[in-house]
Amino acid sequence: MQSEYIIEMLNIRKEFPGIVANDNITLQLRRGEIHALLGENGAGKSTLMSVLFGLYQPEAGQIKKNGEVVKINNPNDATALNIGMVHQHFKLVDVFTVLDNIILGAEDTKLGFLQKKQARQKVQALSEKYKLHVDLDAKVEDITVGMQQRTEILKMLYRDNEILIFDEPTAVLTPQEIDELMEIMRGFAKEGKSILFITHKLNEIMAVADRCTVLRKGKYVGTVDIKDTDKQSLSNMMVGRPVQLQVQKEEAKPADVILDVKGLTVASKTSKKNAVNDVTFQVRAGEIVCIAGIDGNGQSELVYGLTGLEKASAGTVTLCGKDISHASVKKRSQTGLSHIPEDRHKHGLVLDDTLENNIVLQSFEDPRFQKMGFIKRDAVREYAEKIIGQYDVRSGQGPITISRSMSGGNQQKAIIGREIDRENPLLIAVQPTRGLDVGAIEYIHSQLVAQRDSGKAVLLVSLELDEVMNVSDRILVMYEGEIVGELDPKTTTVQELGLYMAGAKRM
Amino acid sequence: MKNTLLDIYEKEGTKKVLSSLISILVGLFVGAIVVVIVGLTKDTITNQGIADGVKLIFAGILCTGRNAAGELTWGFHGQALGNMLFRAMPLIMTGLSVAVANKTGLFNIGAPGQYLMGTMASLMIALGVPSGVMPGWALWLLAFLGGMLAGALWGAIPGILKAFLNINEVLACIMTNWLAANIVTWGFDVSNFKNIVENTKSGYVYKTTFGLTEVDGAWTYVNGNGIATAKLGLDKIFSGSQINAGILVAVLFAIAMYILMNKTTLGYQLKACGSNRHAARYAGINDKRNIVLSMAIAGALSAAGASLYWLSGNTEFFWSTYQSLPAIGFNGIPVALLAVNNPIGVIFSGMFMAMLDIVGQNLTGYTAYNEYITDVIISVIVYLSAFSLVIQTMLPKLRKANAANANAEPDPVKEEETKEGGETV
Repeated sequence: MQSEYIIEMLNIRKEFPGIVANDNITLQLRRGEIHALLGENGAGKSTLMSVLFGLYQPEAGQIKKNGEVVKINNPNDATALNIGMVHQHFKLVDVFTVLDNIILGAEDTKLGFLQKKQARQKVQALSEKYKLHVDLDAKVEDITVGMQQRTEILKMLYRDNEILIFDEPTAVLTPQEIDELMEIMRGFAKEGKSILFITHKLNEIMAVADRCTVLRKGKYVGTVDIKDTDKQSLSNMMVGRPVQLQVQKEEAKPADVILDVKGLTVASKTSKKNAVNDVTFQVRAGEIVCIAGIDGNGQSELVYGLTGLEKASAGTVTLCGKDISHASVKKRSQTGLSHIPEDRHKHGLVLDDTLENNIVLQSFEDPRFQKMGFIKRDAVREYAEKIIGQYDVRSGQGPITISRSMSGGNQQKAIIGREIDRENPLLIAVQPTRGLDVGAIEYIHSQLVAQRDSGKAVLLVSLELDEVMNVSDRILVMYEGEIVGELDPKTTTVQELGLYMAGAKRM
Repeated sequence: MKNTLLDIYEKEGTKKVLSSLISILVGLFVGAIVVVIVGLTKDTITNQGIADGVKLIFAGILCTGRNAAGELTWGFHGQALGNMLFRAMPLIMTGLSVAVANKTGLFNIGAPGQYLMGTMASLMIALGVPSGVMPGWALWLLAFLGGMLAGALWGAIPGILKAFLNINEVLACIMTNWLAANIVTWGFDVSNFKNIVENTKSGYVYKTTFGLTEVDGAWTYVNGNGIATAKLGLDKIFSGSQINAGILVAVLFAIAMYILMNKTTLGYQLKACGSNRHAARYAGINDKRNIVLSMAIAGALSAAGASLYWLSGNTEFFWSTYQSLPAIGFNGIPVALLAVNNPIGVIFSGMFMAMLDIVGQNLTGYTAYNEYITDVIISVIVYLSAFSLVIQTMLPKLRKANAANANAEPDPVKEEETKEGGETV
């Protein structure tokens, strides 16, 4: 007799030095269901999946397949049990073709020679059956992110996997592509394949999952049937307290133009086309303008052009009436620009330095913090303590904590505190909530709105549709380096936004 | 009390010092093992010889010679200690050079070239300015600063290539090393300096105490222009050694570098650029300027080491260097590694390396071994200091293991109980 569950992880416990990453967690995956795994960052989702994949050995608990206890010592064991995974960051060889990537590691050979013909037929059949359109002969570096993801999915199917794990699969997709993926996932479930769907997006869970297991701080909170629950109660389960999902804000009262961008063009480093092409827009005091778009459509380069990290090849940037088109990063910053960078590890922080040194990263030359070139350590510490208190930055040793040892959310709070406290008329926030948990997101959104209400101009660059729709007062959509649409979040829909983001529609 | 000890143990600095000390100890033990093995395989070395060799490895710096009975004698040996400090002087400077560059994220393997350029500039200034134009101490200072400037400019070249063309500084440093070796040889070859000799020696630039003097209408070199580093009575304490006040200058440089890197805005900028160039740019720090500056500082430090060494007044420089690079430059790397790039630590690691040098001499002088055994020790230590991070991460585990042992003390009783249980079943 077949067990009801295809995979069971029972009472799993996994410890790392100092923390219990998984504490008595049970996850039971039914045959043919889509099972969501929900939790904030650090809740233990990745650890649990790594245990299932044989990357970690649990200290306690057991894994059963079809009711029989199995031992998974390494990823090869997992593959042998027909468990496959699409990682959040794709694991593809850029210079290989799609077909080569699919068969990599599971090649048919004859006398040591590759037998690609059968493989091609099998992949083609799978691709038609599940409507996973890919160009088998294109190189991975030339295809879209969506197609790369389909390649990853085909990799699992090619290996006849029946348990499919999707780790945050929608982060890089447009709304339309997300819909397609959901459809594909439902198709798999209908075929009898079982799906584990790791995400923090409640909309998607409500749309596609049958059941949902929630983890919080390494502990098992519960498993619920999706038809018996709603978004609010799921998020309460995940965070452990009632969460404000909707951003609370008053009507915007835009005033003077703070940032005036005319015809800004930034050359691309990788192709002949401009990364940012002839972009013109304004941001006024007291409004949040959001640049929406799929990752890689020139948003990063636009911000580099505005902040001076990259030289613009044409166009003007005027900040508070001053032309800063050719000014240095420092000059722009002093003219009145605060910048919450996209990549807090690359740009935002010197990770191996202390928190207090990072808090004065731009202002260490200010007479408040130095005298004759010598740093006033006491003044720096006092200021750092003020920021830490005001923005609730939690760290092991306060100002002298090494930034690397802090959690992502607290690193981001430190950056946000630093940038907001510089009291500049313009705040550029690039993906300020990336990778953060619901509690931190709620906090950061309220800070952005507070900045707007205090008369600052806020330029928000975001890939998260919820954030775009909820936080902004005006939406500008970027597609292939150009602004293709200006939308009002109160009147537009996610579907319309998606069409602009995909380049199917433009003003 | 125990808690404060634990706190000290938990500190990062303590871990770094401990890991370096462990590297040193293991290195010395390996050296001792080599001494024993060599002694056992060689008929000419007696058991007493082996014992003497091992003693010298660990305490060679305190050896004063052999007495009439042929036994090693121990005690304060001014000459050995003084020579150790003298040799430590340039090593501390090149060690500082490597350490400062490392702190700013750059690997300065160009210390030998910078050292050579400093050598050439100081010697040429010291020997080229006629005696009597200025007092000896002023000319000393001019030669010293000239050497530093030459090193700074030479160090800046890889910095410029890195900052503006993104050329790896290691490659550029290796190239500039050999360029320097050839330029220096050429410089002495085309000029008259290589002929400045004492008595019948040829091909050496000998003693900066010689100066260009006009005698009967012709310019010749005569001993007595007084360019020699002041001794400040150190030669009295360490009689018979080469020591001079240069070692104090080196220590002052180390302290100055510590202050620069830890207390000033410039040091803050340099370190920020070094550990995350992108974040520095984001914050409006001029990353290009700082990369060039940090290489220039590194170059100036190496060259200052050369100037201190050659302006001592009792050192001789062989001008034809195009086939080899000065080992003192490369030895700056282990000195810096062993000090975990801490400028104050460099003072001690530089002295330690110099001490091994003296130990090597003692091994050659007092036993049938030769000095190359100390090279084995140095290389083991270098390997281990590269592993210092591994050792640092191992330290907490060691403590944990100890703690477990402490808890495990009552265990034997339990074991007996289970044994008894086992017998009854």
